[in-house]
Amino acid sequence: MKTFGRFLIFLKSLLVRGESFRILANRTLDEAVLIGINSIFIVGVVSTFIGAVTCVQVAYNLTSAFIPNSTIGFMVREMTLLELAPTITSIVLAGKVGSNIAGGLGTMRITEQVDALEVMGINSASYLVLPKIIASMLMFPLLVILSMFLSILGGYVAGSLSGALTGQEYIDGIRQNFIPYNIVFALIKSVVFAFLISSISSFQGYNTKGGALEVGAASTNAVTNSIIAVLIADFICAQVLL
Amino acid sequence: MIEIHNIHKSFNGVKVLNGISGIFETGKTNLLLGASGTGKSVLLQCIVGLVKPDIGSITYDGKVFTNNKLDLKQEIRRKIGMLFQGSALFDSMTVEENVEFPLRMLTSMSRGERKDRVEFCLKRVGLENAGKKMPSEISGGMKKRVGIARAIAPNSSYLFCDEPNSGLDPLTAIKIDELIYEITQEYDITTVIVTHDMNSVMEIGDKIMFLHKGNKLWEGGRDNIMDTDVKELQEFIFASSLMKAAKKVEEELGSLEDITSIADNNDETAAKAENNTPDSPKGTERYLRTNAGGDPPGSPDMLV
Repeated sequence: MKTFGRFLIFLKSLLVRGESFRILANRTLDEAVLIGINSIFIVGVVSTFIGAVTCVQVAYNLTSAFIPNSTIGFMVREMTLLELAPTITSIVLAGKVGSNIAGGLGTMRITEQVDALEVMGINSASYLVLPKIIASMLMFPLLVILSMFLSILGGYVAGSLSGALTGQEYIDGIRQNFIPYNIVFALIKSVVFAFLISSISSFQGYNTKGGALEVGAASTNAVTNSIIAVLIADFICAQVLL
Repeated sequence: MIEIHNIHKSFNGVKVLNGISGIFETGKTNLLLGASGTGKSVLLQCIVGLVKPDIGSITYDGKVFTNNKLDLKQEIRRKIGMLFQGSALFDSMTVEENVEFPLRMLTSMSRGERKDRVEFCLKRVGLENAGKKMPSEISGGMKKRVGIARAIAPNSSYLFCDEPNSGLDPLTAIKIDELIYEITQEYDITTVIVTHDMNSVMEIGDKIMFLHKGNKLWEGGRDNIMDTDVKELQEFIFASSLMKAAKKVEEELGSLEDITSIADNNDETAAKAENNTPDSPKGTERYLRTNAGGDPPGSPDMLV
């Protein structure tokens, strides 16, 4: 509870005596490139294979002759939109972005760079952390959209190549009973996850004390705590929004 | 001028600063001297606002810094330049960008004005050709110089240096000392330096405050530090100079073992020295002559 209280105080400190909008916008843009563009490759690879594996495994389990093959496409789409794209992408990003944020801030802390900002009269939390959180909340939904597309595409390629279903059956399946709200739900989740991952990782990194060993520990804690928070938030979002 | 009054600070019940008071004068290099763990850096952090003192007040040119409104604190902080022990340069920025950073953040200078100021500051610290390099590509001494350039870039009125010589070879250390001293004189700023280097004390110590176990035990200048009768300061000076003097003393006494045994028995020897003639040497000079048989550390030979 004490740590949670400190976390809330930390979040509050992001919003007081911040820098000008121009500086915030520039910093956010820089962070968006680091967080977003640099994560496209890993998100692309993970999503494509998850889609492919989902398609193959659903096909393997659907053995009844009464269930049309297009159901495989339908199930891949539903699983991708509702769970795999937002949640798995966020867990992957918790590992990549979360550890990067915690490690970067932790190193800045132990090398007195954070103190240097404070001595200059700059709110270091606001200057360093707020752009990371905003950039994450902007970039995660875009990465999740990319993930959705590649995951469904991966399912199409895997299904066609393995002979589990034809391309036309797959396309018919992914067009069945489409609920646009599921996309909105996934994007809301991605924004929530982005906030949790970036803020928890920043908190861990910003409060690092000690040396290189503690920076490593902060990165590990950032990833672990972020993933747990994502999974809890996933459950709460499903309960509240569906 | 910076005035500190009755500064107390404890961490987890352990008292680190015990009622420190003093004045750091403008245009002078004010040194906080003491062994490791005596509270020098904590005092410095209290003065710049990185650590909040439990009790006590700090004023910058009459403006109260402690327990004041955030806006006023920020106003004072924007006149502060600080050189950190590890330089604390921003890794992701070039040398030029590091020096430009406080100008970009704290002033309304145009891009051209900032560029001119950066060039001037880098030239002043002798790094006019290193602007495009990254901090990882320059040496420790150069990092310190960049740190000084960054600290003075926004026309700071106060310069704080936390062990500016740490990790540097003696020659570079002297150059950094000289640079800080010259800048202090040139811009008439208030400079406070945390150090345990006796070379710095004798080179640039206009005003020296000696701390021991969180207490201020002595205050003075480099001219009278050797006359001190404070035992802890005498021991500090002796210990600081011992390594540098060891070679010379070895020649006079025979071996390093002799020096060690003398240092071990210094209390007994010092007591005997008390009974010497009234015109025996004063303070640290007497201490050193009595214990090591060498010249006092202030003598040029021992401080090079």
